[in-house]
Amino acid sequence: MAYTLAIVSILVFGITQILPADAAVMMLGESATAEALAALRERLGLDAPAWVQYGHWLGAALHGDFGTSLRTGLPVGGMMLEALSRSLLLAGLAIGLMLLVAMPLGIIAALRRGRFADLLVSIVSYVGASLPEFVIATIVILLLADWLQLLPATGYVPLTEDFWRGLRHLAMPVFTVSIILVAHVARMVRSELVDVLHSDYVRAARLKGLSPRTVLFKHALRNALLPTITIVALDVGYLLGGIIVVEEIFALPGIGRQLIVAIQSRDLPAIQAGALIMASTYCIANFIADMAYAWLDKRIQYA
Amino acid sequence: MPELLRRLLNSPQGAIGLAILAVTIAAVLIGPLAAPQNPEGLFPLARYKPPSSVNWLGTDQYGRDILSRLLYGARATVSTAVMATALGTLAGAVIGTLSAFVGGRVDEAIMRTVDAVLSVPSLLFALLIVNLLGKSGLNALLAVGIAFAPGMARITRSAALTVRKQDYVNAAIARGESTRFIVLREMLPNVIAPIIVEMTIRISFAVMLFATLSFLGLGAQPPAPEWGLMVAEARRFMHLSPWMIVWPSLAIATVAIGFNLLGDALRDALNPRT
Repeated sequence: MAYTLAIVSILVFGITQILPADAAVMMLGESATAEALAALRERLGLDAPAWVQYGHWLGAALHGDFGTSLRTGLPVGGMMLEALSRSLLLAGLAIGLMLLVAMPLGIIAALRRGRFADLLVSIVSYVGASLPEFVIATIVILLLADWLQLLPATGYVPLTEDFWRGLRHLAMPVFTVSIILVAHVARMVRSELVDVLHSDYVRAARLKGLSPRTVLFKHALRNALLPTITIVALDVGYLLGGIIVVEEIFALPGIGRQLIVAIQSRDLPAIQAGALIMASTYCIANFIADMAYAWLDKRIQYA
Repeated sequence: MPELLRRLLNSPQGAIGLAILAVTIAAVLIGPLAAPQNPEGLFPLARYKPPSSVNWLGTDQYGRDILSRLLYGARATVSTAVMATALGTLAGAVIGTLSAFVGGRVDEAIMRTVDAVLSVPSLLFALLIVNLLGKSGLNALLAVGIAFAPGMARITRSAALTVRKQDYVNAAIARGESTRFIVLREMLPNVIAPIIVEMTIRISFAVMLFATLSFLGLGAQPPAPEWGLMVAEARRFMHLSPWMIVWPSLAIATVAIGFNLLGDALRDALNPRT
């Protein structure tokens, strides 16, 4: 994981600061004066060799110092971490909702393989997986906020401030993000469960005279859910990408929206911090998934 | 090939996927000829018109005919997505095959790096690249292509590792062929099947990713009739004129579903044992 994070940090720093012919011009725009450019170059240490710049940046970043935002003048690290906490709330709720919906869907589809329910689930998951987040978000807004007037279309209220209003604002983003996850995971649960239901030990359990319920929950489901954990972890990658769009549409001030704002206003320290934090989140999620996998399946050992 | 086609048409996914692909190709090839109006023609008197016999899908805030814009936009959206995927596939395939061929430490290093790059979500990666290159349709194409390369490298490598063990590769090594010859002429053609499957599925991601970039204002720029951009522009008017946002969304979704279905059907058709 350390290696992965090191590569990611080089990549992020390289793309944002080293590769552009002149990061100062990129940040201030083409029309900046020569003095402003020179001042910025000196402030960023752009005249130093690339690896020295990288070392400085990484050293500071490891201490939680990502520099100050060019847009607001505030420390970027704190800003991004606060935004991250909002995004994690969104992601956590979306994963929760996804598990509540996708598991039963996948199980029903597997049990009724080839029947109407199965067909319906696979159609829904195809459609869900093929709609970009911004299309789903638009449809959701059109339906829930516009026609039914159920929920506020955009904005964000902290849960600590007003729990119910906060939840109402979060409902549509969470719903949007979870649709794609549901599509993936329901399909995965279905195909794993179908395999497991055909295995010898499930047949043996049935022949032993155990009730279908016990066979399903005690024998089949446990093994079918293991690969699903990996898929959920991989989906965190999708989730992070999706969050960027969804936060932008619903005006939710999470890390994705901060990143878009940073990119649009050429706020280099903020872009670097945001990208690094997002990639690290993904790495950590995968690491946790590996650990959970090993914990649940004692046969796996990591050296 | 006819055998493959027959198998594809036998599965519902393949049939639907091929049908959507055919319509899409038709739109890309003859769309601009078939379009009833100029996609950038402004008709101030015909603004916000709901679907009618004149404007089948209605008009937008400048009175532009939405059907014509969609037909022109097929080129911008779908061909860009296909080209981006092809670019990413090519780069990834070369890296992956090379890595599998060289093996050992180099392989390990390349693959660990690829894994690391994969931990950057592809939308974020594409955003960073667009940020570096500047926003335009062409740069979005490059960004999507580059963002796809690591994933394709991983898939190609695992396919190539199987091929690497085959006798004809050892024979080529024994003949003293150059690395370049072995990778490009002996190995690559034989790892093509899994790559094509993955590529088809990825085109559907590319359509979505590219539309998303345009939607965020970082891909195609107005007044281009790009589908993602059309959705973004229509957002402001969706309360009163929902058709403006519905049609391009539907177009994106249909193409994405089509390639997804086709990819799955191809996988089944090329791999008959499952």
